[in-house]
Amino acid sequence: MSTPTPNTNALVRAWYDKETRSVIVQIIAAALILSFFAFIINNAVVNLSNIGKDINFSFLWDNASYDINQHLIEYSSTSSHFRAMIVGLINTLLVAVAGIVLATILGFILGVMRLSRNWLTQKIAYVYIEYMRNVPVLLHILLLHGLIVSSLPRPKGSYNFGDTFFLNNRGFQMPSPEFQSLFWIVGGFVVAGLAFAWWFSRYAKNVQDTTGKTYPVALINLAAILLMPLVVYFALGSPIEWDVPALKGFNFKGGMVVRPEFIALWLALSLYTAAFIGEIVRAGIVAIDHGQTEAAQALGISNSRVLKLVVIPQGLRVIIPPLTSQYLNLAKNSSLALAIGYMDIVATIGGISLNQTGREMECMLIVMAIYLIISLLISSGMNWYNDRIRLVER
Amino acid sequence: MTMTKQTYAPGTHPSLPAPTSTTGLIYWLRVNLFSSVANSIITLVSLYLLYLALPASINWLFLDATYIGETRKDCAPNGACLAFIGERFNLFVYGFYPEHLRWRVDLATILLAVAGAAVLWDNIPARKYMLRFALIYPFIGAWLLSGGFGLEHVGTHLFGGLMLTLTIGVTGIVCSLPIGILLALGRQSNLPIIKYFCIGFIEFIRGVPLITLLFVASTMLSYFLPPGTTFDLLMRVLIMVTLFSSAYMAEVIRGGLQALPKGQLEAAESLGLNYSQAMRFIILPQALKISIPGIVNTFIGLYKDSTLVIVIGLLDPLGIGRASVADSAWLGLSTEVYLFVAIFFFISCFGMARYSLYLENKLNTGHKR
Repeated sequence: MSTPTPNTNALVRAWYDKETRSVIVQIIAAALILSFFAFIINNAVVNLSNIGKDINFSFLWDNASYDINQHLIEYSSTSSHFRAMIVGLINTLLVAVAGIVLATILGFILGVMRLSRNWLTQKIAYVYIEYMRNVPVLLHILLLHGLIVSSLPRPKGSYNFGDTFFLNNRGFQMPSPEFQSLFWIVGGFVVAGLAFAWWFSRYAKNVQDTTGKTYPVALINLAAILLMPLVVYFALGSPIEWDVPALKGFNFKGGMVVRPEFIALWLALSLYTAAFIGEIVRAGIVAIDHGQTEAAQALGISNSRVLKLVVIPQGLRVIIPPLTSQYLNLAKNSSLALAIGYMDIVATIGGISLNQTGREMECMLIVMAIYLIISLLISSGMNWYNDRIRLVER
Repeated sequence: MTMTKQTYAPGTHPSLPAPTSTTGLIYWLRVNLFSSVANSIITLVSLYLLYLALPASINWLFLDATYIGETRKDCAPNGACLAFIGERFNLFVYGFYPEHLRWRVDLATILLAVAGAAVLWDNIPARKYMLRFALIYPFIGAWLLSGGFGLEHVGTHLFGGLMLTLTIGVTGIVCSLPIGILLALGRQSNLPIIKYFCIGFIEFIRGVPLITLLFVASTMLSYFLPPGTTFDLLMRVLIMVTLFSSAYMAEVIRGGLQALPKGQLEAAESLGLNYSQAMRFIILPQALKISIPGIVNTFIGLYKDSTLVIVIGLLDPLGIGRASVADSAWLGLSTEVYLFVAIFFFISCFGMARYSLYLENKLNTGHKR
């Protein structure tokens, strides 16, 4: 038997040493990555200078000179591109937040329906979830938008809800509030109610921990936040005036309108994401060992409190991480607004502004940076919540 | 018939049928639909809602629908206008692919089915040869679709319809899995430079919407290439879609890698396996098995996301649907068209989901509690 002769070549020996090899591999990797970036940046510089462009963000202060049909802050075609960007950002955030709220509510309902003992409800939820999940969200958006625009009546034949709310193919018309000076007192009471609720929850928990005595915390807090301001509101003689929409000619005047693009996008995103959340909730509840429920029942705890105190807190730990990624998906999917003309961040700065100024680099950089920031904010917020409810292990 | 009293020796009495109160339709209804007052109310409400929705939809979609016609005017006003689908069926399937060359698409699809069957099911006769065929299929498929080497060349701007979706979906699925595995291993690596590069790449891709990446591919990519080089729009889209889903794939596989006990790697190392051997024979087979549901979900996501190419002007079935909604001869159609496209996507994605369940059951080697 021949023994392998030890290799005397220093380079070969270095390769077989784990430490040295990892350094060599990393140096090669770093060189490759750096040269790749150097290559594309160099290309970009050469290409831009060839057509006489530079990277310059000052165009943001120029006149945007285009209209945005849904703006929550002051905006007109004489505003700057920067303001157009902010309007777009607000529209994105609006549909993302509204979508997350509705999707969470619907998702929890669907999750519970999937686990229902009632065969019919269970199957309805199953069919709904499978249909929604297996069809692209862009298709849902276009389908809903088409349904709203082509099957709802024109303004003249609107669905009329008590002469204050109207539904037609231009959107959902509703009264807009005009706040009068006395209204700030009501606002003050809401703030005071919130502060009281925060203090009272802590106080009640403290009392329960030390004496075992419990208060109806939810009821008292609800009264403080909602009932008191309502009483004050009516005592002051209703200091809000409502501007009710009315049909003038071919369209509605006054009030405010939720546009069909917003409704279609919001509903499509929520209905789509709700299907995923439903499955997540179901998995989270199923993941809780049945022994937990039985143990709680053996202690004589009522069924609703078993859910509230035993099953849901443990289920949330399983639910929160995948729920976070669904929220992120919803926020990112809101960029599909572009397909139906909802003026979100991609449609404003990444669409019309980009085409008008021809500054692709700058606009896409801004859009990507904003989405990265939104994603980071959502995931760090959810991570914070996840840490708070995590199982504390010794 | 007269009742006769019969006696049985102990142990010889024939089994009696179950009591009628625990079998049959009535029992099933009572347990599943009317087990309590609340349950009964829920059942009745659901039935009423179904009664409101189902007959109306069926009337609209089937009974009152128009199946044959030339323009929108031929369609009944209160039914679905399915004539349109028949009229445009070829457009939905082939896009603008030249008519006399469509046999190539058909052939590529049949060969794809053959290659796919070999990869997906392991009890197929002559699987060994079919797998070898599957390995070279991507080249054959690309050759058949775009031509060259003796076949007439077809520009990718003519690709469209289901064929475009399949092209993007299959390419993305085939390429994103290996890239995803590499990224996941890189993220778990001990080498800081590789690790942080992978983390940066994955988090960047996951943080931005696919739409922005497609915009970059369609409008800006030429800035980053040496002056004068251009390449095909479809190719750029394919690269972006692949990179996008490989970042998600990497996270799914990382989950599988993290779920393995550390002892597996240590055991492999103590047997003297080097890194690539340990990964190939010990770690990845287990990690990939755990991540199958996630991997298939990522595939389904990629397949659905391929519809986003319509925002940069490629015409997949949804894009063709959207363009035809604006056709003046068929004005006012939209639900029918989108539902038709939805059915296509539903069949493919639901099929993938069912296959993942089948695979999970097959690979389940009994460690589950």
